[in-house]
Amino acid sequence: MSTVTAPATKDGVNEKKAVPPDSDRMKAENRLGQRLVAPALALMLLVTAFPMLRSLYLSLFDYSLTAPDEREFVGLQNYITALSDSALWLTTLNTVFIMVVTVAFELVIGFAFALVMHRVVFARGLIRTSILIPYGIITVVSGFAWQFAFSNTNGFVNSWLPFLDSTFNWFGQYGSAIAAIMVSEIWKTTPFMSLLLLAGLAQVSEDMVEAAKVDGATWLQRMTKVVLPNMRAAIMVAVLFRALDAYRVFDNIFVMTNGAVGTRSVSFLTYQQVVEQFQFGIGSALSVLLFLSVLLIAFLIVKLFKVDLASARQEK
Amino acid sequence: MRGTNKVGIGVGFILIMVWCLLPVAWIISLSFKSQEAITAGSPGFLPTSGGSAGFQNYVDVLNDEQFRRAIFNSIGICLIATALSVILATLAAYAIARLEFKGKRFVLTTALAIAMFPVVSLVSPLFDMWRTLGIYDTWIGLIIPYMSFTLPLAIWTLSAFFREIPWEMEQAAQVDGATSWQAFRKVIVPLAAPGVFTAAILTFFFAWNDFVFGISLTSTEAARPIPAALSFFVGADPFNRPASLLAAGAVVSTIPIILIVLVFQRKIVAGLTSGAVKG
Repeated sequence: MSTVTAPATKDGVNEKKAVPPDSDRMKAENRLGQRLVAPALALMLLVTAFPMLRSLYLSLFDYSLTAPDEREFVGLQNYITALSDSALWLTTLNTVFIMVVTVAFELVIGFAFALVMHRVVFARGLIRTSILIPYGIITVVSGFAWQFAFSNTNGFVNSWLPFLDSTFNWFGQYGSAIAAIMVSEIWKTTPFMSLLLLAGLAQVSEDMVEAAKVDGATWLQRMTKVVLPNMRAAIMVAVLFRALDAYRVFDNIFVMTNGAVGTRSVSFLTYQQVVEQFQFGIGSALSVLLFLSVLLIAFLIVKLFKVDLASARQEK
Repeated sequence: MRGTNKVGIGVGFILIMVWCLLPVAWIISLSFKSQEAITAGSPGFLPTSGGSAGFQNYVDVLNDEQFRRAIFNSIGICLIATALSVILATLAAYAIARLEFKGKRFVLTTALAIAMFPVVSLVSPLFDMWRTLGIYDTWIGLIIPYMSFTLPLAIWTLSAFFREIPWEMEQAAQVDGATSWQAFRKVIVPLAAPGVFTAAILTFFFAWNDFVFGISLTSTEAARPIPAALSFFVGADPFNRPASLLAAGAVVSTIPIILIVLVFQRKIVAGLTSGAVKG
């Protein structure tokens, strides 16, 4: 229909790559593009790259806000202290545990929700409105709601679960406390996961599913041989984003247990060092380690599952 | 076969509704329990007949000076951050979707990296920097980090959207005699508006939800936003948290989100799904 007259439409861009890049038009376009992205890029780097470099610098000092004048260069001492402290390893283990369990649950439940939303023919507006409510609710509010739900004085969970004594204290020991935290996490983020998977599901061709059905494939075969392989990219991108998000878990822990009974995450530990104890030197070292561990996890997920990042960045 | 399918979807539908709405119903129910009943201990989902406070908790929460101030802070900070972030993201997304320039890959990679950035690792350097610059515990001190953390989402959503706009229409309008301003205002703006709108809603959600910056970059009610205020809200007896008052505060803080969801449900779903996964 539309004969391409505009010089810079989507198709035009690819053709232009063949043209030598030194024409005046190209130069002008190059300049305009850079000027348009400059403010956004500058702001993003101002609040991330610059402070991160400063953290790197501060992490080499023994620096506490309670005695700012006694700042002293100590080299890698802060890293040695942090890495030889079992607290860091325990919190890392706990964080990875939370990440793996919550993402696994979110993936399975989210996929089930996506299947229902994909097939449902009635009340589509109602279901979409409902699914957006957990997504939109403040994490702190979700944490409070579940903390009070699990509370043995004012909650309802104990009375709804027949095998539990009504005085059972969910926040008294690690196992049940971490379960309560995970419930809040999973509740809030599964809808987001299901929306991402719904988008992936919409891209699977109905014809292919129909064809498999005609050929006598069972429901399970259709799912595992046709639907899932075809939405691989969507699943992987959703897992990558959610896993990194889960690794940063902080709000729910702060609200529900305040780090008691071994529920601290790496983020929580870093926060405690900086804000509660004003240990900027070691806090900065922990910040750097936290940043590196996120990079490592992103790298591992991308490599292990061969995530197609080009599709996440929408480069065609 | 068809029959069981329908039953399955019906059951799934009910499960989704329970999943999404049960905790919301719970926090609303809790907000009607009286504070005396909470102190004495009142297990169970619904308030007991003698333990209901009516709207008293809401009255108390809204009469609380600190809570009112936190709502004001949150609304102000989030609206300003959203407006500025969407303006910058629109410029950047236009360039990414329509222009060919050096460094485009770098911008996209930076945006992706920032979307994954562990927010807590910025607390110590920002705390230090903001105090030096004198913007610790101010609105600006929160607006700046909110903007930089919502820009990636806004840029993705918008550039995905701008790619789908038939830009030839602009030339077509000019051929038909429109000035370039008219072509832009009457043709391009109406086409781009829904995308800008989606980006704005998602940005607002993010800023409204933030907790880490809210607690670490503020120290007084001058700039403290709602999530931080809720977490610091202890009431008269610090050893016995006023659960029902907190629940009322939580419900009040959720009302803006529910209103946005109810009005813009379709747009939010489109924005979420187009921004993240597109083959």
